[in-house]
Amino acid sequence: MGWILVASAAVILFLQNYPLYIRSVPTENELKFHYMVHTSLDVVDEKISAMGKALVDQRELYLGLLYPTEDYKVYGYVTNSKVKFVMVVDSSNTALRDNEIRSMFRKLHNSYTDVMCNPFYNPGDRIQSRAFDGMVTSMMIQVC
Amino acid sequence: MEGLTLSDAEQKYYSDLFSYCDSESTKKVAAHGRVLELFRAAQLPSDVVHQIMELCGATRLGYFGRSQFYIALKLVAVAQSGFPLRVESINTVKDLPLPRFVASKNEQESRHAASYSSDSENQGSYSGVIPPPPGRGQVKKGSTSHDTVQPRTSADQQEPVSPVVSPQQSPPTSPHTWRKHSRHPSGGNSERPLAGPGPFWSPFGEAQSGSSAGDAVWSGHSPPPPQENWVSFADTPPTSTLLTMHPASVQDQTTVRTVASATTANEIRRQSSSYDDPWKITDEQRQYYVNQFKTIQPDLNGFIPGSAAKEFFTKSKLPILELSHIWELSDFDKDGALTLDEFCAAFHLVVARKNGYDLPEKLPESLMPKLIDLEDSADVGDQPGEVGYSGSPAEAPPSKSPSMPSLNQTWPELNQSSEQWETFSERSSSSQTLTQFDSNIAPADPDTAIVHPVPIRMTPSKIHMQEMELKRTGSDHTNPTSPLLVKTSDLSEETKINSSVKFASGNTVDGYSSSDSFTSDPEQIGNNVTRQRSHSGMSPDNTAPPPPPPRPQPSHSRSSSLDMNRTFSVTTGQQQAGVVAQPPAVPPRPQPSQAPGPVVHRPVDADGLITHTSTSPQQIPEQPNFADFSQFEVFAASNVNEEQDDEAEKHAEVLPVEKASDPASSLRVAKTDSKIEEKTAASAPANVSKGTTPLAPPPKPVRRRLKSEDELRPEVDEHTQKTGVLAAVLASQPSIPRSVGKDKKAIQASIRRNKETNTVLARLNSELQQQLKDVLEERISLEVQLEQLRPFSHL
Repeated sequence: MGWILVASAAVILFLQNYPLYIRSVPTENELKFHYMVHTSLDVVDEKISAMGKALVDQRELYLGLLYPTEDYKVYGYVTNSKVKFVMVVDSSNTALRDNEIRSMFRKLHNSYTDVMCNPFYNPGDRIQSRAFDGMVTSMMIQVC
Repeated sequence: MEGLTLSDAEQKYYSDLFSYCDSESTKKVAAHGRVLELFRAAQLPSDVVHQIMELCGATRLGYFGRSQFYIALKLVAVAQSGFPLRVESINTVKDLPLPRFVASKNEQESRHAASYSSDSENQGSYSGVIPPPPGRGQVKKGSTSHDTVQPRTSADQQEPVSPVVSPQQSPPTSPHTWRKHSRHPSGGNSERPLAGPGPFWSPFGEAQSGSSAGDAVWSGHSPPPPQENWVSFADTPPTSTLLTMHPASVQDQTTVRTVASATTANEIRRQSSSYDDPWKITDEQRQYYVNQFKTIQPDLNGFIPGSAAKEFFTKSKLPILELSHIWELSDFDKDGALTLDEFCAAFHLVVARKNGYDLPEKLPESLMPKLIDLEDSADVGDQPGEVGYSGSPAEAPPSKSPSMPSLNQTWPELNQSSEQWETFSERSSSSQTLTQFDSNIAPADPDTAIVHPVPIRMTPSKIHMQEMELKRTGSDHTNPTSPLLVKTSDLSEETKINSSVKFASGNTVDGYSSSDSFTSDPEQIGNNVTRQRSHSGMSPDNTAPPPPPPRPQPSHSRSSSLDMNRTFSVTTGQQQAGVVAQPPAVPPRPQPSQAPGPVVHRPVDADGLITHTSTSPQQIPEQPNFADFSQFEVFAASNVNEEQDDEAEKHAEVLPVEKASDPASSLRVAKTDSKIEEKTAASAPANVSKGTTPLAPPPKPVRRRLKSEDELRPEVDEHTQKTGVLAAVLASQPSIPRSVGKDKKAIQASIRRNKETNTVLARLNSELQQQLKDVLEERISLEVQLEQLRPFSHL
C-alpha cells in the first residue's frame, strides 16, 4: 500500500508501505518528514487492524490525528484499497481544524481516484500526474 | 578539446540541434537517444560515428555536453564532406557544410529550415517532415501510395504556409528548436544565403530544387521530393508515427507515408488556416478522429474504455507520461472512458504533441467536450490562452448525459445560457466569479444536503429577495406555480419552504445558469432588498426569520422570475402605481410590543424603501427578478386590492407600516411588505386593532411576503432572534380584538413556517460558510501561488 505524505509540510501517499507520492513544503526537513511518516505508518497499521471487520465508511477512512509530536501533527487516512495517506502539518499551523483535514483528505482521495482512472497509470507507479501535483500544491499552500 | 570555431550558421544550427537533443534541458545529452538517432541520421558508417564520439570526448564523459555535441556535429560535417576525421580537422576544414542528417533529424532540419526560410515550400516540407503517426488507424485503411501522398503533399505544399512560423511561435512551449528558430528568423534567413556552408540548406533556399534522395526530407518542398520525403519517413520508422490528419489520406491511405503526408497537409492547413488557434480541430481532422473512434467503438455515442484507448494511443509511441497527461486533459469527466469528444481531443493532443507542440496544462477551449460549452474562465493563462483558442461551437453530439461531475461543465453552458438572462447577468460580473466558485465548490461538498450544486453565494439580500419571491409564489396559491416549483428538493419542509427550495433546486437543476442568472438577477433585487434588509435586519429581530438559504434562490428566482414575469408582467405596470402608492415601512402607527422595534426599523425601512422605489420601477422592466418582486408587489397589490377585507387586522398592521413610508417601487413595497409581514406576523394580533381597515389591502399579501422574506433571510442569528421575537410578539398580543382565532391560526402557521425556514436557513448558512471558507482558501492559495510565480517572472 502506498502512502502519501502531506506536510506543513508534506504529503506522502503510501502503497504497500512504500511511497507513491511525496510532497513537502517547505522542502527542507524533508527527510525529517519522511522519518515521521514512516513511524506513523506503524500507527496507521495499528489502527487499520484495530478496526476489525470491513467497516469501511468514510469516517473510518479518516484516521484522524495519529500522534502529535512537539512540532508536528500527523494525520492519517486510508482508502479501501489500503492506500494510506499521511499528512504532516506544522503544529504552529494552529487553525487547522479537523474538518479541514478531512476535506483535504477527501480531495486527496478524489485526486488519487482520478489518477487511478487514467489507463496509462499503472498502480504502484510513482504518481506523476500534473493534475494531482497541482491539487496537492494548492492544498499545501492553504495549509502553509 | 581544442577550441571550436563555428560560423554563425553553424552556431545556430548546432545550438538548435543541441536543444533538440537536449530534451530534458539538462545541458547535456545522453549518449543514447536522440544523439544516436542524430548520428545515425547522418548516414555515416557506424565506425565513423564511434570515432566521432570518441573524438569529441563523449565516451569519456559518458554524455554529450554542449561542447562535445558541437564538436561531434562538426565532425559529422567533416565526415560527410569526406574529410578524414581528425581532431584538428574540426577547425582546419574551412567552409565545411553543415552536417546533414537524414530522416528524423532531417525533420528537425527541415523544421529549422522551414523556420529559417519561412518559405511555403519549407513549410510544406516542414509539415511533411513530421513523422507520421503510428500506422494504427492508417494501416487499416486502404492502400497507400506515394502517388496519393505525392499529390497530397504537393497540394499541401501549395497551401500557403507563410504563417507557419507564427504557429511555431504561438505555442509557448513549442520545441526548443522550433522556438529558437522562430526566434531567429532573421538568423535563419541569413543562413539561406550561405550557399557554401549550407548545401544542406539549399533545398530550403530554393525550395524548389528537387534535391536528391539524400536531401529527401528537404526536398519535400517540391512536389517530386515528397516521395523521397516519404521514403525518408519510411526509412525512419521510429519517427514515422505521426497520425495523419489529412482527410484524403484518412480515407484512402494506410501507409505511414500517407499518414505523414496527411499529417503534413493537416499541419499546413492547420497552421495556415488557424495559426491563431492551433488547438482547433479542423473538419478533416475531426472526420478522421471520428473514423478512428468508429474503429474502436462503432457507436458514436458510446465510450471507449480506458484499456482500449490506452492501446490505441500507445501506438503513437509517445512516452507514457505524456500519454498519461493527455488522458488527464481529455478525460473530462474522469470516468476512465472516452467519449467521442474526449477521444477527438485526446487524438488531437497526440497529434499536436507528435508535431512538437507541447501539451497544455489545461485542456484548450476548442478541445473541450462539446457536449457542454465549458468556459475556460478558470484557465491560468496556459497555452490555451497563448494559442488563442476559438470558442469551439458545440459540434460534438452529446455523448454523455450530464451528471453531477458534469455540472462543472455546465458552467460554460451556464455562462452562455446566461445570455438568456442577459438582463440578469449584465449587472453582476460576480456571476462569473460565482460561477467559478461554484464549479470548484460543488464537487467539494458532496455531503451537502443540496442536491444540486450549491447555488452561488448570494448576499443575504439576494437570498431574501428570492425567498420573498419563493415565499410569495409558494405561499400564494393564486400564483401559478412554475414547474420549477414542483421540482424535488432536499428540503421537505413546509410547502412554502418546499416551494422555495424547489425554486432553488429547480434552478440549480438548470445548472449554474440559474445561479448565474441568480446572481445577476437578485443583484438588483438584492440591492433593493439589501437596503431594505439592512433595515429589516434591524427591525426583523422581532419577526422575520432569516431569509432562506441561497439554494432556493437560484431555482426559484429564475423560475419565479420567468413565470412570474410572464404572469405578472402585465400587471406589474399596472400594479406598480398601486403598489407604489402603498407606503413603505415604518409606520408610525403604534403597535404593541413590536411597535417600538418595528417602528424604528420601519421608518428606516421606509426611507430605504423610498430610495429603492425609484430604482425598482426601473428595475422591474429590466430584470425579471425584479419583475418577481414587482410581481410580489403586484401580488401584494392585487391581494390588497382583491382581498382588502382579508385579514384586515394583519393588513392593518402592515399597512400602517407601509403607509408610513411612501411607496415608490413595487420592490420597496414588497420588501416593506416582507418586513412588515414579519412584524405583522408577530404583531398581527396586536396591530389588527389599530385602525387597520383603511389599510386592508396590504395585509394579506404583506403577510405572505413577510413569510417569504422570513424564509429568505439566511441569517441564523436572525432566525433565532426573529423566531424568538416573533414568538414573543405573538405571545404578547393575545388580546387583540379581532378575529383572534383566525389570526392565531395564521400566526401559528406562520410561526411554524418561520421556524422551519429558520432551520433550513441555518443549515444553508452553515453550508455557505463552509463554501465561503473553501473559496477563501482557494483565493489565498492562488495569491500565494501568484506570489511564488512572481519572482520567476523576473528570471
